[in-house]
Amino acid sequence: MDLENQKRVKALAGEIGKEHIVVILGGADPEASGLIAETVIAGDPAFAGALTGIPLGLPAYHILEPEIKQEIDPAVYEANVGMMEMVLPVADIVKEVSTIRGKLLS
Amino acid sequence: MLEGKKIIILGDRDGVPGGAIEACLAGRDVEVVFSTTACFV
Repeated sequence: MDLENQKRVKALAGEIGKEHIVVILGGADPEASGLIAETVIAGDPAFAGALTGIPLGLPAYHILEPEIKQEIDPAVYEANVGMMEMVLPVADIVKEVSTIRGKLLS
Repeated sequence: MLEGKKIIILGDRDGVPGGAIEACLAGRDVEVVFSTTACFV
């Protein structure tokens, strides 16, 4: 996860309170999406950024996950995400991000 | 689940960009506090 974004997320969690925040991802592949989810939940696994050793515990979902999709107007979702939903590996992304969340988010 | 939440959007130019996710949330009872789109080129 981008080092500047780690700083920003850390600052926002401190200002707003992590219990009020939901992170929504738009990553193109399962591995990168899973790494970002892991970073905002349990800390930076690469030990490089501001979230190293800082388990914010932020709930992270991919926009392609049913928990998020079901909350969005279907026509709006189709217009903005529909095309990428056809070309991205949806099942693999959903499996990876939900597995990370299940393992790391208490 | 999103009702009343502050939303951090970490989009991806090769996946779903931040702006597209923001558009999905427009009109909802949420506040987007940060939105970005990663670009690895």
